[in-house]
Amino acid sequence: MAEKDIDQLSGIETTGHEWDGIKELNNPLPRWWLWTFYATVIWSIGYVIAYPAIPLISTATSGVLGYSSRAEVADEITKAKVAQSGLLSRIESSSLEEIRKTPELLQFARAGGKSAFGVNCVQCHGSGAAGSPGYPNLNDDDWIWGGNLEAIYVTIKHGIRFQWDDDTRASEMPAFGADELLEKDQIWDTAAYVRKLAGLEHDAGAAERGAPIYVENCAACHKETGEGDQEQGAPNLKDAIWHYGKTTEEIVAQISKPRHGVMPGWVHRLDDNTIKQLTVYVHSLGGGE
Amino acid sequence: MVTVYDSVERIDAEAVNSKEKRSNYAARVKIFPKRVTGTFRSLKWWVMLVTLGIYYITPWLRWDRGPYAPDQAVLVDLANRRFYFFFIEIWPQELFYIAGLLIMAGVGLFLVTSTVGRAWCGYTCPQTVWVDLYLVVERWVEGDRNARIKLDKGPWTFDKVRKQVLKHAIWILIAVATGGAWIFYFADAPMLAWNFLTFNAPFVAYSTVAILTATTYVFAGFMREQVCTYMCPWPRIQGAMLDEDSLVVTYNDWRGEKRGGQKLRKQNQQTRYGDCIDCNLCVAVCPQGIDIRDGQQLECITCALCIDACDSVMAKTGKPKGLISYATLRDYNASMSSQAKPTTWRSFIRPRTYIYIAIWSMIGLLMLGTLLTRDRLDLNVLHDRNPVYVTLSDGSIRNGYTIKILNMRPEPRTMWLSVSGIKDVTMTAAGRDEAPASSLEFEVSPDKLLSVKVFVRSAPEALTGRMSQVTFTVTNAADGETATYDAKFEGPAH
Repeated sequence: MAEKDIDQLSGIETTGHEWDGIKELNNPLPRWWLWTFYATVIWSIGYVIAYPAIPLISTATSGVLGYSSRAEVADEITKAKVAQSGLLSRIESSSLEEIRKTPELLQFARAGGKSAFGVNCVQCHGSGAAGSPGYPNLNDDDWIWGGNLEAIYVTIKHGIRFQWDDDTRASEMPAFGADELLEKDQIWDTAAYVRKLAGLEHDAGAAERGAPIYVENCAACHKETGEGDQEQGAPNLKDAIWHYGKTTEEIVAQISKPRHGVMPGWVHRLDDNTIKQLTVYVHSLGGGE
Repeated sequence: MVTVYDSVERIDAEAVNSKEKRSNYAARVKIFPKRVTGTFRSLKWWVMLVTLGIYYITPWLRWDRGPYAPDQAVLVDLANRRFYFFFIEIWPQELFYIAGLLIMAGVGLFLVTSTVGRAWCGYTCPQTVWVDLYLVVERWVEGDRNARIKLDKGPWTFDKVRKQVLKHAIWILIAVATGGAWIFYFADAPMLAWNFLTFNAPFVAYSTVAILTATTYVFAGFMREQVCTYMCPWPRIQGAMLDEDSLVVTYNDWRGEKRGGQKLRKQNQQTRYGDCIDCNLCVAVCPQGIDIRDGQQLECITCALCIDACDSVMAKTGKPKGLISYATLRDYNASMSSQAKPTTWRSFIRPRTYIYIAIWSMIGLLMLGTLLTRDRLDLNVLHDRNPVYVTLSDGSIRNGYTIKILNMRPEPRTMWLSVSGIKDVTMTAAGRDEAPASSLEFEVSPDKLLSVKVFVRSAPEALTGRMSQVTFTVTNAADGETATYDAKFEGPAH
């Protein structure tokens, strides 16, 4: 046994450890400290019995209290659903306009709509609903099929050119180039006239030649002034917003062989309450009429 | 006669775990502090009265803030995230005031420790105050030191049981009152008190009271000096605060030694004895269970009760007071070398204290300055990130912003929000059917934040490039108080 090292000043035995001449006195620990330690050990045993603790190969011991953080989440979701039920039933029984006019319903519908939008709509319209060529920007004030609450509601519910829904919105622009309804030159002239309608830079001669062609072929849907027709889903051609681009080439491409976007009718996947919330959310993005 | 015993050889073995060697742990030795009277004991009574008074009375003080805010003078309203302190109301983003106060408390503690030693420990620390309070009860029920020692050692008689039950009952009552007072800082005190008594208070109120009752009872009743010696980190930090100019409770051994009682003095007539008559009164009164004559020790909380005790003895023996006294190490060393110049005030006048005072007052003044000039109206503007801008059908550019108007006064206020910086810029608020304008009116509830989405619109010609500067200003219609926020307005590249 090693010789005891007694500290000269205090007369207490040291642990024998030394750091730069500083030695540690081997004072006894207080006994209550030991009890506290034992108490924590006992506590940990109780904890292991009561709560999930020991990892097994694919699971873990479940503990006699049956606690699970998943169950806790499920419980919280149930509670949240119960808490929402009052507002949900009010949205159920309110008209879209009433929802928009009632602050707490508007707030709830916007939040619910935003969440549903994030799951169902962002794939095409983008997470900020800003769209991209061919996929309308829902923030602006240009609406192909109408931007009031009712029109948005119908569009979301039944979709656009959605073949599995009989009430879907549908329109089809003829393929003036592909089906040889117009000559190539005529199409370029028409495109020039469309740019003139929109107040964009254009070839004046071509636009003049294009004017009668436009009136004959396009005005039925897009109207003589180019303001379009939401009843038929004919886009406004004179404003600053272009669904498929505003360069002459892009316009020519669209006249020659129009692309037609398709949107699903959500009545087949979402409940009416969610569609209402989506409607209010989209309407509140800034362009709602 | 050869016996069978000789055939058994003694083995050289040692019982390493024998009782004598099992000294890794030591049980607490009970301390029975003797009652003492004197200057410092009186001071401690007053400090106890004031600190306990502040603790128990504060939540019941009322302060009228009008109909829209609570009327409790000091209230930590966690649910609504507000802190009320008399005329001051603090929102969560102003929590730096609390941080500042805590830093001031820390620096203040440094200052106090470096000048008058562990005054915090000896006089104002809750542990000390409550132990003192528990000792008062203990003394009242069981008597002074000798009676208590006798009772403790004695058998469990009816009288002992009666006294123990009474003592612990009072202790628990005090503990409940301690925990009970704490919760009143976090809710309206009279209402909570009623709900608490009728078992309608929230569970957290009961659990808080239970925990604080348990800690008070255990710490002040049983742990006592163990808390200071083993649990509290402050005594360790204090080593860095104390220096040779700090006042500490000092046994002036240059005066006291060689110590000796009447009997010894008579026996050894030739020996020169000091003033210490070795009566051990200083040991008997010590709540920490140490002998101050061994020098400054970790356990000493400088409660100065040994000074009171020794002074009373010095008075009896006709010697000057101060055999045990507050002294700095410098004074003590000077006295040792007979250059006696005990000027205790010197401990306050030195660079270290100047620096502490400077830091302390700097933080204090800074906080006071910001507190007096702080706004009770604030504006935050968050620019929409997706999309950053929207082109509208007439070619104009629209940016969306979430506006947060903070009405930090406990009264409803009518605010005008206006936007400027771009020619002919207008805005509308989401969900409101009104014509676009450069300023909009909002009603903001008392002591609340109003969050509103606005759409700001500008003609493309008015924009200077991809980024333009807009300024939002919120003005209180009644008193003209304003807050502004500079934001960016984005548009397409020209």
